[in-house]
Amino acid sequence: MDRRKFLKKSVLFGGTLWLPRILLPSDRISSSGKSRVVIVQDAKIFHNRHVDSDRLLNLLDLSMQTYFDVDVPLRAWRKIVHPGEVIGIKVNCLSGHGSTHKELVDAVVERLLQAGIRANDIIIWDRLNKDLEEGGFRINYKGKGPRVFGNDAVGFAPKLYVFGQAGSLLTRTITNLCDGIINIGLLRDHSIAGVSISLKNLFGAIHNPNKYHLNVGDPYIADVNAFPVIRQKVRFSIVDALEAQYHGGPAYMPQWRWKFGGLIVGRDRVAIDYTGWQIIESKRKAMGFRSLKEEGREPTYIFTASDSEHALGQSNPKMIETIKVTAS
Amino acid sequence: MNKHFSMIDQWPDKKKEGMDRRTFLKLASAAGLVMSLPVLNWSDGASVIAASGEDDRYVRKARYWKKLEHKQIKCQLCPRQCVIDDHERGYCGVRENRGGTYYTLVYARPVTYHTDPIEKKPLFHFYPGSMAFSIATAGCNLNCKFCQNWEISQVTPEQVNSFYMPPEKIAQMAKEYDAKTIAYTYNEPTIFYEYMYDTAEAGHREDVKSVVITAAYIEQEPIKELCKVVDAIKVDLKAFSDQYYKDVVHGELKPVLDAIETIHNQGRWLEIVYLVVPTLNDSEKEIKELSRWIMRNLGPDVPIHFTRFFPQYLLKNLPPTPVATLERCKAIADAEGLHYVYIGNVPGNPAENTYCPHCGKVLVERIGFTVRSMKIKNGRCPYCGTKIPGIW
Repeated sequence: MDRRKFLKKSVLFGGTLWLPRILLPSDRISSSGKSRVVIVQDAKIFHNRHVDSDRLLNLLDLSMQTYFDVDVPLRAWRKIVHPGEVIGIKVNCLSGHGSTHKELVDAVVERLLQAGIRANDIIIWDRLNKDLEEGGFRINYKGKGPRVFGNDAVGFAPKLYVFGQAGSLLTRTITNLCDGIINIGLLRDHSIAGVSISLKNLFGAIHNPNKYHLNVGDPYIADVNAFPVIRQKVRFSIVDALEAQYHGGPAYMPQWRWKFGGLIVGRDRVAIDYTGWQIIESKRKAMGFRSLKEEGREPTYIFTASDSEHALGQSNPKMIETIKVTAS
Repeated sequence: MNKHFSMIDQWPDKKKEGMDRRTFLKLASAAGLVMSLPVLNWSDGASVIAASGEDDRYVRKARYWKKLEHKQIKCQLCPRQCVIDDHERGYCGVRENRGGTYYTLVYARPVTYHTDPIEKKPLFHFYPGSMAFSIATAGCNLNCKFCQNWEISQVTPEQVNSFYMPPEKIAQMAKEYDAKTIAYTYNEPTIFYEYMYDTAEAGHREDVKSVVITAAYIEQEPIKELCKVVDAIKVDLKAFSDQYYKDVVHGELKPVLDAIETIHNQGRWLEIVYLVVPTLNDSEKEIKELSRWIMRNLGPDVPIHFTRFFPQYLLKNLPPTPVATLERCKAIADAEGLHYVYIGNVPGNPAENTYCPHCGKVLVERIGFTVRSMKIKNGRCPYCGTKIPGIW
């Protein structure tokens, strides 16, 4: 049995066999009205400086099963996507070597296929073809497998979306092509916005992100996420925290990166960003750096995103249910 | 021949399986934003190219920036002073840090060209009745909520179709079109500084002058240097309050005032436009302070145009400026002693004309962008001999 067949069987007939059941919490999602954020880590995810793809798929399954409290990965994915849909995977390839890991995208694609999404109905996208290529993806307009292209290949729909202080056009990938979006951001510091995790990743959907870095991106990042199309179509967020960066971002700065070896997942990207921000702050503190607030770049847009005007999620830690799971 | 760009409003069904490579590429190459600017003149010498950020013809090392640590750079062209990481761009969207060196991506890359009456800029005291060969690129270092050209000013070069037109080509075409001047306009020319600068020099070699239509949100050194190669500058002074600049323009007032003084002190012909937006920058106090500032720092002879606002872009919740408001602004500026106060965007209004400040006679009669009569002789009023400032 080859790897693909093995994985297929696993996902269909009980992938949890290779997950320690003791790690699966029995909490139901939002049973307490809180937003659930799941952090999974695997200390052995890197093998000779490379990501172990098999362990990564297991880690993804662990995160999804934990989040949705299900025994089989397929059941988790079926809560997000439905057969016949066109699903976009928004990656982040702005910083070359520090881009979304292709191995993680491959793992997500694998599960989407098993959930009934046709290969050609999966679109891996970011701002520019060039960015995707520098991130290790091969542009694919119509060949076999998932389509891969940047906003520059399809352009922007002519409607101007306005919310609060932001006014933008949206990529046709999100307005015309996709039914739903899986948002795969990174866990990293941002020299202007404080952090760039999942909320800011969606700047990649608009035509004018350069206009919205004023005032640490507040309220612009929250405003862009509140555009109805983005609010409705972004189904789930996965943060690629295999390697994270606590300073000097978004540019790739190896001296300030560390192997977190994990993923952070959830539906509430405000709660995810709050959680990720705290991880970065902890690391900064441990490494002797000042807090983001002390550096004048506290990511206040996270709080704005949770206010009553935006209502995108929870930024109050008391309203966030964080579940940490370590893969064995 | 006239040529319009058109928005792509047909898009293949997302579920359709059969889009072949040719169709995809055809759509993709035409995709992106396209401007709704004036009708484009199509010339034999210029070709539309597919939007692309990777064409080296448009990429030139930028002026006015400095290196920082870790491949960051600090842009020193405009007061925003963007600090930019590797692979990133500044607020303007057209200048990019590549490996610690800063580049402009819009050199020789206009998105439109058009011949306009100079009155459209508006410049009323600079060769009235002449034509200006007008060009613009993508990008802007501001984000005015009322921008009428946001479809080119608020985009990156990859998002619009563009032409390849090096400075010499612009100068040559301006001459062929019998244009007295080349105008850098429609978007903010500060952001295509290198292209503008070289084009102005190329224009002078062909005996074509250059005029800059700018918000003057620019640092002192570049504006001083620019004044050496251009002939007139019209500044869009958006308001006379910091708060308006912060909330509506996303800029600052003081650097703009400093740039205006510099332009004046450098001896370039200067006119000021003030777009009067109902309730936001039209108070008597603000107009009076503005007029007094002009009197004090520039003198009475710098023309000011109070122009009518129409709802656009992100500011659609306000009505067009009442003409009475514009007339009140003019009355305030007149009362403060300014000699040449105009009303714009109201075709047929008597305040489109130039009057002699001494004898009150009409010297240049205008309707809209058309000059009906021009009576200034040798730079003087033909009736009383008063010297009329400007370049005639």
